[in-house]
Amino acid sequence: MQDIFFYIFAFLTLLCGVMVVANPFSRNPVTSAMFLVLTIASMAGLFVLLHAFFLAAVQVLVYAGAVMVLFLFVIMLLDLKEEERRKLNTYGIAAAVIGVGSIAAILVKTLAESKVGEGLAMPVKQGQVKELGNILFTQYLLPFEILSVLLLVAMVGAILLSKKDLK
Amino acid sequence: MQVGLEHYLVVSALLFCLGLLGVILRRNVLIMYMSLELMLNAANLALVAMSRFNDNLNGQVMVFFIITVAAAEVAVGLALIVALYRRKQSAHVEDLTSMKL
Repeated sequence: MQDIFFYIFAFLTLLCGVMVVANPFSRNPVTSAMFLVLTIASMAGLFVLLHAFFLAAVQVLVYAGAVMVLFLFVIMLLDLKEEERRKLNTYGIAAAVIGVGSIAAILVKTLAESKVGEGLAMPVKQGQVKELGNILFTQYLLPFEILSVLLLVAMVGAILLSKKDLK
Repeated sequence: MQVGLEHYLVVSALLFCLGLLGVILRRNVLIMYMSLELMLNAANLALVAMSRFNDNLNGQVMVFFIITVAAAEVAVGLALIVALYRRKQSAHVEDLTSMKL
């Protein structure tokens, strides 16, 4: 049963990822953003299958909620009508597809040959949220506090950058 | 065939390649930025899968940090894109060549 869900969610993730990058019907950034939301939601499904419930919730809240709203606001702020009129460089597309396709082939082939999962059975431990909180506030307390400073710096930077007369 | 670590890692690798393709292929700064997010998410998936199959929570803590840093990065990056658009009236990388020698 879990295996079927894995294949469904993996297929949805990859399909929506393709639609973000190369949607054959529309080159509108809003469409890409919407498909990115779907990608992130199906990836949250994969996280649930991996018993990372807290991260699945955070993924939906932070990415599909906060980050994508930010993206959509910026898309609305900018006038991107001309995007659809640009014509594409055929040689560039061919080179990009061949290059990235070979990287993908190398990665997948390596993973298939290496047998990284050999001997690693799926553990049966449940309810990891409590343990995650424990480890986050004891062993990783200092990085956690530094992260709050990082968020403050990002906030100040974003406000400074969006001032009218940027020096 | 039972789904194991390899399956998750293959999905993660393919997703990473999709993000890379988007950064190379698309010329719109916003869509390139979304592709960057896709690549970060692929790394997250690999970390969570490793953490699950090794029965070790450190990977999940790492993903938590990555998500926070990505949120901060998106805020600053989008502010930069808006500032750039105000100056150049374009969100197309081919028009942003003022640093070219």
